[in-house]
Amino acid sequence: MNKRALRNLKEKSVRTFFFLNGLLAVVVLAGIFLLLLVSAVPAFREIHLREFLFTKTWDPTSPLKETYGILGQIASSVLVTLGAMILAVPVGIGVAAYLSDVAHARVREIVKPAVEILAGIPSVVIGFLGIVLIGPALAKLFGLGHGLNGLNGSLLLAVMSLPTIISISEDSLSAVPPAYGEASLALGGSRWQTLVRVKLPAALSGIIAAVMLGMGRAVGETMTVLMATGNARAFPTGLMQSLRTMTSNIAIELGEVPYFTTHYYALFAIGLVLFIMTFLVNMVADIVLHKYQQRES
Amino acid sequence: MTARSKIEARKLDFFYGSKHVLKGLDLACPEKSVTAIIGPSGCGKSTFIRTLNRMNDVVAGTRLAGRILLDGADIHDPEMDPVELRRRVGMVFQKPNPFPKSIFDNVAYGLRINGERRRGRLEEVVEKSLREAALWDEVKDRLRENAFALSGGQQQRLCIARALAVRPEVILFDEPCSAIDPIATARVEDLIQRLKTEYTVVIVTHNMQQAARVSDYTAFLMLGELVEFGDTKTIFTAPVRKMTEEYITGRFG
Ligand SMILES: Nc1ncnc2c1ncn2[C@@H]1O[C@H](COP(=O)(O)OP(=O)(O)O)[C@@H](O)[C@H]1O
Ligand SMILES: [Mg+2]
Repeated sequence: MNKRALRNLKEKSVRTFFFLNGLLAVVVLAGIFLLLLVSAVPAFREIHLREFLFTKTWDPTSPLKETYGILGQIASSVLVTLGAMILAVPVGIGVAAYLSDVAHARVREIVKPAVEILAGIPSVVIGFLGIVLIGPALAKLFGLGHGLNGLNGSLLLAVMSLPTIISISEDSLSAVPPAYGEASLALGGSRWQTLVRVKLPAALSGIIAAVMLGMGRAVGETMTVLMATGNARAFPTGLMQSLRTMTSNIAIELGEVPYFTTHYYALFAIGLVLFIMTFLVNMVADIVLHKYQQRES
Repeated sequence: MTARSKIEARKLDFFYGSKHVLKGLDLACPEKSVTAIIGPSGCGKSTFIRTLNRMNDVVAGTRLAGRILLDGADIHDPEMDPVELRRRVGMVFQKPNPFPKSIFDNVAYGLRINGERRRGRLEEVVEKSLREAALWDEVKDRLRENAFALSGGQQQRLCIARALAVRPEVILFDEPCSAIDPIATARVEDLIQRLKTEYTVVIVTHNMQQAARVSDYTAFLMLGELVEFGDTKTIFTAPVRKMTEEYITGRFG
């Protein structure tokens, strides 16, 4: 009797403990959102939301007329991220397919941890490589004055999102039941046909989720793009230009802005836009992944 | 035995790593007939039929010695492409394994990977194959539906239709009825019987009655060795070896 009561108590406290942990994560997320919201809202006492989102010029310290348009920064973020995805998605899926389908167990045992270590390299180190390695190389290759531009950022972000894309795509390819592959081979399918026509489609939702998560990482990355993209304020017209993303702009200006000014609040408003963007990307990834897991079970 | 042999093993040995699973097997499957492979669990039945279309090639750490002849030609000859071989020697697995695609796309798969794009031709072959697999009437109005919506027995017949669509010469069945219900089993058995007018069929089965019902020839395997081979009637009524008799009367296995 006593023993059982004790066990019940234990069960209950363990469950409560985990529940509280889960709750904590939600509370922290909600707290961050609220903090951003509260700090961002005052900005819109002086700036129209329309002007904020759809004006190209960001010049909050102009002696003539302060303008708070973040369209250029949004475009920069989108441009650099898309560039990164164009580079990282084919490579990432290729490596994942190679690891799950072609590589010998020994190779896989070396490459997979290596890929995961890549994920742990501090972004400042990657940014450093962008300045001393990629930058000069790009300048030379394209005959530019310097190589701190969108392409440099895209290359680095591609490297940074590769581990996520490779690792999750590989997981979902490995989760494809071997019976599908066997069926295809037994019908006279080559390994390539089996991969492209059976395994990749069967793993597609996992791969899409992997890409979305990699993209979420790229959109929110700050230090690397800050170091590598040159941070020019002009509206970007291509990846060969210096450009300033939302994250860079916040990082550059937040340290110097006078507190509780419109400019200060506006930086939080940029943070809020960024938060919503990454939140949406991650949510889509989550929904896709969920759908996938449900279908598998 | 007068029938010409379609596919045959000669002194076949097979190893998983150091584990000797098939031991000096000599077995010839006559053309346009059904050959049943029986024997207790783990005796190497699946391993054997998987050597016939080189499906074991994709399993790491395996080794094969001896020869397998298809129409007299060695299937391990460098001239013989395993992909091409598997088009000639189709396979239906123990557990139904349709692709997560529509019913139509499942059956059309083998043609599409062969480069067939013509819609009319695909439709024609899909219908013909589904009819041969006795599934057409049940699915003709739902070809666009996902194959997973079918019952287990229907899925297995779909896999048979999928195998037939590439017009193989030999079809291998590895315990095709072990995962489906008795009514579906009866239909599949019926189907296998009819296939032998056009195809050479090799079927692994755990079920003695099934071997007796569907096959023309029966091979009895034990611990990787061929104990006895002969026409099914003889094996089941007057086996030569004592061990065969004991197995088919259910004294072990
Ligand atoms: N991939 C494998 N690796 C190692 N041993 C295997 C493998 N597949 C089967 N075996 C072994 O080979 C023997 C024959 O297996 P199998 O051909 O599946 O027998 P059956 O189909 O007659 O039940 C068994 O002892 C089994 O454990
Ligand atoms: Mg078996």
